[in-house]
Amino acid sequence: MNFKLIGVNHNSAPLEVREQLAVSEARLPDAVRKLVQQPGVDEGMVLSTCNRVEVLTSTRPGADLRGFFSSYFGVSTDALRSHLYEFEEREAVRHVFRVASSLDSMVVGEPQILGQVKEAYAVARGLGAIHSALDALLSRAFSVAKRVRSETAIGGSSVSISSVAVQLAEKIFGSLQGKTIYLVGAGKMAELAARHLISHGATTILVCNRTHERAVQLAEAFGGQAIPFERLYETAERADIVLTSTGAAEPLFRREHGEAILARRKNKPMFFIDIAVPRNVHPDVNRLDGMFVYDIDDLQSAATTNTAERKREAQRAEQIVESEVDRFAARMKSLHVVPTIVSLQEYCETIRQAEIDRIRGRLGHITPEQEAAIDAMTRGIVNKLLHTPITTLKSTADEPEAATIHEIIRRIFNLKREKLKNED
Amino acid sequence: MPLFWLRVALTLYGVGLLCAVAALWDSRRRLTSVMRFTAGAGIVFHFVSLTETAMLSETAPLSSLHQVESLLAFLLMAFFFVIYWRYQTVSPGIAVFPLSFLLTLSAQSAFMAESGTAPQVSSSWIYMHVGLIMLGYSALIVSFFASILYLIQEKNLKAKTVGGFSSRLPALATIDEIGYRCLVFGFPFMTFGLIAGSVVAEARYGAAYFRDPKILFSIAMWVLYTVLLYARWSAGWRGRRAAYMAAFAFGAALIAWAANGLSSMHRFITP
Repeated sequence: MNFKLIGVNHNSAPLEVREQLAVSEARLPDAVRKLVQQPGVDEGMVLSTCNRVEVLTSTRPGADLRGFFSSYFGVSTDALRSHLYEFEEREAVRHVFRVASSLDSMVVGEPQILGQVKEAYAVARGLGAIHSALDALLSRAFSVAKRVRSETAIGGSSVSISSVAVQLAEKIFGSLQGKTIYLVGAGKMAELAARHLISHGATTILVCNRTHERAVQLAEAFGGQAIPFERLYETAERADIVLTSTGAAEPLFRREHGEAILARRKNKPMFFIDIAVPRNVHPDVNRLDGMFVYDIDDLQSAATTNTAERKREAQRAEQIVESEVDRFAARMKSLHVVPTIVSLQEYCETIRQAEIDRIRGRLGHITPEQEAAIDAMTRGIVNKLLHTPITTLKSTADEPEAATIHEIIRRIFNLKREKLKNED
Repeated sequence: MPLFWLRVALTLYGVGLLCAVAALWDSRRRLTSVMRFTAGAGIVFHFVSLTETAMLSETAPLSSLHQVESLLAFLLMAFFFVIYWRYQTVSPGIAVFPLSFLLTLSAQSAFMAESGTAPQVSSSWIYMHVGLIMLGYSALIVSFFASILYLIQEKNLKAKTVGGFSSRLPALATIDEIGYRCLVFGFPFMTFGLIAGSVVAEARYGAAYFRDPKILFSIAMWVLYTVLLYARWSAGWRGRRAAYMAAFAFGAALIAWAANGLSSMHRFITP
């Protein structure tokens, strides 16, 4: 067997190229069918997501995957040349493991890709395009992905500022369910962050803006309530999360405001997300018990810490993948020798049976015990004779002289070649 | 046999404790699941040991210091599991495990020494007294630990250091809830435990008992406990102030516990 993988991803090809190659869910079965009809392709599957289009096959020599790619998608080989990557054997195994473990993703560690690979596998399997070789590879890939996920913290951290804000809010409040967000300033970025918080469960939205019309507009969009600017401070005590983004030159919330708000809300914790520059919330507010103030730089650096941590975890994940590739390759190689061992055993068994049959006639009447003894003895001789050749075959499976040893054993025992066709 | 089961429990707690400490540096999930498993097995054996002690003992159970230690350790572990079941967090383990381990260690080291009769312990009021007070103690201890975790997590959030150890602590609100719920839960036990103790004392020693240092410290502890509960409930005290209050109440509880040595009337059996 020979694994071959060809494809494009977000690193190798720009969006315009990936768009041209993307295979929609509806067209996927057709693509898989066309793929396995190619000469030389034994098994195959097609993975198409917004970041990658890949074709994974188990092939015999002569398979032309590049040709398939350009003919199926109707794009000239020249146009694709610089974007396509191609992996074989060990490299292909590693790539599949990395993709399934989300190490090759645009956002490393994002969890969707494993599901997408599983889906592509299920489609190909349903069409009968996957047999033993790809099956072994994919099921190994799934358990590698699981191992990476459980042994590293790669899926644990998020990156963008909005998700950092959500992450922090969850660290403070546990869940955002039922929490109140207070938007002070109604800019685009505040709107985006608010949307993110709402999607994580925040329910009540209050909007306060110097231009009241804009506040009303935004409040309507979120199904919230617009607050006149004069009531900025008295409303604040209702909020669990305050998102400030006004263009005010001086901080709107200072220590004394914070103290007053805390007293009115019975010391319940409060989270200020200050994305305004210059800042809307004075850093002193962060010193008050139960008040947490993060400005844009804090959020940015939290996001970077996450990325650094993620990188470290990704390195550990790469090591796991590497060791798994070794294990898989070793298993694949030892699978190669199995047919030779089987035909060797069959060959000797035939001789043994023939010899027993020959001598049975000459022995006349024998008891079942005697018959069993003869059977055991001959079997013992055969097993002892075969022991060394079989262990040698197994132990040298991944050494360079494996092919020579195979050839010698075949010649010595005069094994038929057709029994070994799986081998090349 | 109860001693044997107790030692099995102790060993399992020890393994759980090692896992809990190792989990501070290593975020792998396998460690915490090993920790949960060994601690869970430990608590089962511990329960067996407690039951056997109660059934086999010639003297009344819960009359020696070591049996009470064993019971307290068991209740603390039980709290750990209730919190894990309710909040899916193993973080209190880092505080609960060492304490349970030490209590169990001390309990098993002198377990066999007890013998003889307990002249002063007879009525079922005493069992109620000890049982209820120990439930109250363990709730107070867990609440105190929770307020320390709260301080750590609050400090991390304020210092804006995300990641590392703090990322494995539960959310601030969750820790706060654990601490508060434990206090609320423990309060009736503490109160009725003290009342049960007073009933026994009243019957046996009359009013003289209430001049005993042990009982004075216990009442001081109960007052602190009540104030803490009230401050948290009405003024929403959390974080530093709540932690200080919990530390005071915890300290008073420790003194009340240690005051056995000063008291002429309230004593465990000593060999």
